[in-house]
Amino acid sequence: MPSLGGALLALAFLTTVSAAVVALLGRNGDRRWIDLSRRLVYLFFALVTICVVIIELAFAGDDFSFSLVAEHSSIETPEFYKLAAMWSSQEGSLLLWAWVLSIVSTAALYATRHKLRELVPWATAVMMGIAATFTGLLLFAPGVDPFATTNPVPADGVGLTPLLQHPSMMIHPPMLYSGYVAFTVPFAFAIGALITRRIDAEWIRATRRFALIAWALLGFGLLLGARWSYTELGWGGYWAWDPVENAALMPWLLGTAFLHSIMVQEKRGMLKVWNASLIVGTFSMALLGTFLVRSGVLQSIHAFGDSTVGPYILGLIGVVLIGSTALIVSRLDDLRSEKRIDSLASRESVFLVNNLLLVALVAVIFWGTFFPLISELFTGEKASLAAPWFDEYTTPLGIALVLFTGIGPLLAWRRVSWASAKRVFLVPGIVAAVAAVVLLLFTDATNSLWAFALFVFAAFAMTGLGQEFWNGAAARKRLTGDSFPVALVGVVSRNRRRYGGYIVHIGVVVLLIGIAASSSFQTKRDLTLRPGESAVVDGRTVTYVKPTVATDPQKLSFGAVLRVEDGGSSTILRPGRDYFRPTGQQGGTIANFFEGEATSEVGLDAGPRNDLWTAVQPNLTDVKRRVNKADAAFATCVRGGPGAPPECAALTALMIGARDNPALRPAALAQIAKLQALTASQIADTYLEDDAPATFRVIIDPLVTWMWIGGLIALAGALIALWPTRGRRRGALVRTEADARKEAKYREIRDAELDHAVGKLSDQDFAVVDAELRREAVEILDKVEGERALNGNANGNGAGKKPAEVK
Amino acid sequence: MDPQRKRKIRLVAALSVAVLLAVALIYTSFSASTETKEPSQLLSATPGTRAEMTGKVVPGTVRQEGSGIVFAVRDRDGEGRALPVSYTGTVPDPFRGGREIILTGSVESGTFVGEPDTLITKCPSKFTTKSDA
Repeated sequence: MPSLGGALLALAFLTTVSAAVVALLGRNGDRRWIDLSRRLVYLFFALVTICVVIIELAFAGDDFSFSLVAEHSSIETPEFYKLAAMWSSQEGSLLLWAWVLSIVSTAALYATRHKLRELVPWATAVMMGIAATFTGLLLFAPGVDPFATTNPVPADGVGLTPLLQHPSMMIHPPMLYSGYVAFTVPFAFAIGALITRRIDAEWIRATRRFALIAWALLGFGLLLGARWSYTELGWGGYWAWDPVENAALMPWLLGTAFLHSIMVQEKRGMLKVWNASLIVGTFSMALLGTFLVRSGVLQSIHAFGDSTVGPYILGLIGVVLIGSTALIVSRLDDLRSEKRIDSLASRESVFLVNNLLLVALVAVIFWGTFFPLISELFTGEKASLAAPWFDEYTTPLGIALVLFTGIGPLLAWRRVSWASAKRVFLVPGIVAAVAAVVLLLFTDATNSLWAFALFVFAAFAMTGLGQEFWNGAAARKRLTGDSFPVALVGVVSRNRRRYGGYIVHIGVVVLLIGIAASSSFQTKRDLTLRPGESAVVDGRTVTYVKPTVATDPQKLSFGAVLRVEDGGSSTILRPGRDYFRPTGQQGGTIANFFEGEATSEVGLDAGPRNDLWTAVQPNLTDVKRRVNKADAAFATCVRGGPGAPPECAALTALMIGARDNPALRPAALAQIAKLQALTASQIADTYLEDDAPATFRVIIDPLVTWMWIGGLIALAGALIALWPTRGRRRGALVRTEADARKEAKYREIRDAELDHAVGKLSDQDFAVVDAELRREAVEILDKVEGERALNGNANGNGAGKKPAEVK
Repeated sequence: MDPQRKRKIRLVAALSVAVLLAVALIYTSFSASTETKEPSQLLSATPGTRAEMTGKVVPGTVRQEGSGIVFAVRDRDGEGRALPVSYTGTVPDPFRGGREIILTGSVESGTFVGEPDTLITKCPSKFTTKSDA
């Protein structure tokens, strides 16, 4: 099987190279070459899929002749985690990269099979060039062959470290990777658009969905990582400004900026240089994230050793950056804006501000992340920056973003008159003011001015968004006479991009409220208590009721029962710490149990107002002393001879027998292992009588639950925005670029009508905007007619339809 | 005001904000940063030297002492003499002998005293170093 896999991988590499070459042969729009290159991409997808299936089957079937399996799985590894073990390895994660890339390139080329005939060959070549780099790495770089074999084949594997055996660790890496990789699609199409000088909104329309998918997956991956850290790592935090965390956050922030600014290009033909640069930046950041994890350049909890592939990825980043920059500079003339911003009070100008804030945020994080290298360059000494430095900058920028998240949706495109601005800002402004007064009078939120500002802005933003939903539903109700809930569903499902986006905003604001509250008003205490003792933490009495012990063949668990009394109510929490027996080695000592992996089991009482988070660090000094004594006794027994206690005569006999007859050895060793496990659990039980003090970490985290809820709301919003619209589902309507352009203009007219109906555009503004849009629509229609006539294509559907009332 | 001039003013304003941010970044980062050192560099350091230390925990040296722990670290390449370390506070799950850690603290009478909650342990065994295998 390994050799078959290796052969398929080599074939996949050849396929990527030939797909790129064939695509370039079709650069003049020759259908045959383009179709062939697309089919080669499908073939690439099929080949890599088979490679992944072979690896996964090997994991599932404990085939330790694959060194990948032998090093990252074992017979005892739970089935569920065997399947996830692939991406806990360097080579497996690179294979995952290649596989996701094959999926997204296939999807992107299938979606554009009738469109963008000039641009697609270049985009194909870019995607396949990147795919060739990654499959080439797997084939040619030393030490990362996923199909490497073991000799001799071991009886059991090393196993997957227990820390990673957590459901969110199953999906966190593939989510992040898929996010990183999916940004390849908009990047490749942007490059295609630049090369062919087709720099209108076509490439954006064709890849917007991929950018949104990448953004959502990356965001979800970040959220899962934070959740894992909070519930599994035993330190109680969810973000540490660690280089690799930052490396994943930066493309996400740039992606956020990109998703906003492409709307400006789509609707107004502006910000073209900016958008091209943003997607190049986003993709380079995604590569940088892939690189940082594998390079050992920066000290990070996630830096998994100085591997051999780092330099290659760095080279790819260099090629991407230099090539793209040269390309953008050479196309500056074609990238000039078609229009100017009409007014500062318009959605596009708010988007511009939001973009600048996001880019500033990325600049700060980038500087902080790479500061060790920067400082070495200037002072010769490596120095690093800690979380407080990052907070100092990211907090005000984040708060300003919340404010603009509130303002943006309230403004219409193109221009907003003073009268309509006053109307839409009135209610959110009042609510924000009331929220400020309430916070001042009834809470201690003013202890942290930043948090206070964030809460007030969040109130403003949430009210503004709520008002959008309310007015939209009300306008639809007037139109259709439906009941309010039906009208709400109707207006949302008819304008999924808009309202899906609003739901993402609601989610992000909720998430930021959770972050602000939990980071500013958290109470964190480390306590050392003996059983029966209590301490007071933030008005709550925490009592260490009693220690607990649980043993099973894999691990020893030392826990605690904590009672937390808050006024009348009392909660029982059971934090603990598991010590795992090292896997894949035989005939060890009992002390082995304490030298293997240990993981915290967090005692968590999550609630809408507060999370009560507890972890315990048991004091095992006495237990370990007894363990050492027992190990010494075992050693004496096994050796036999004088001084061995009489009760271990049987064991001594067994070992002497094994010495004479090697065939008996495995049975004897198994017997010893069994006895040791028994002794280990007996000794573990003595912990209950030790009355040993344990160190507890108790955290009272206000509103932190809302962080996770907000993240899920944002994800739901992204899914709503992604869901295909009805016209799309019918299929036939949008097939050519001209159709797409026409559809986009119709959508814009619908948007303006909706803005008018919900009161964001005054009658006067709407008259002007509507007239402009209709003129633009007629121009497009004329052009479509012209093209149709030229192609002799008579069966154009709805080509003559004038933009009517479309809502 | 003619639009050309207005645009120019906006550009200048935006650029000055960017320059201000850049200056602030550079200034604060150099003053707020902590030097990164390896254990061998700290063995001979003057008492009171504050640093972010990266090293490998020497297996078998981790002991509980009072409410904290004491252990020894060596350089990441495993060379050189061991540096004694004391630390109070929560220990991350992956911490154990043989693991690489990052700890901020200062040297006091030959021992590196870690500041609470600055102990970071590298993720275990994920992508193991293959170059020397």
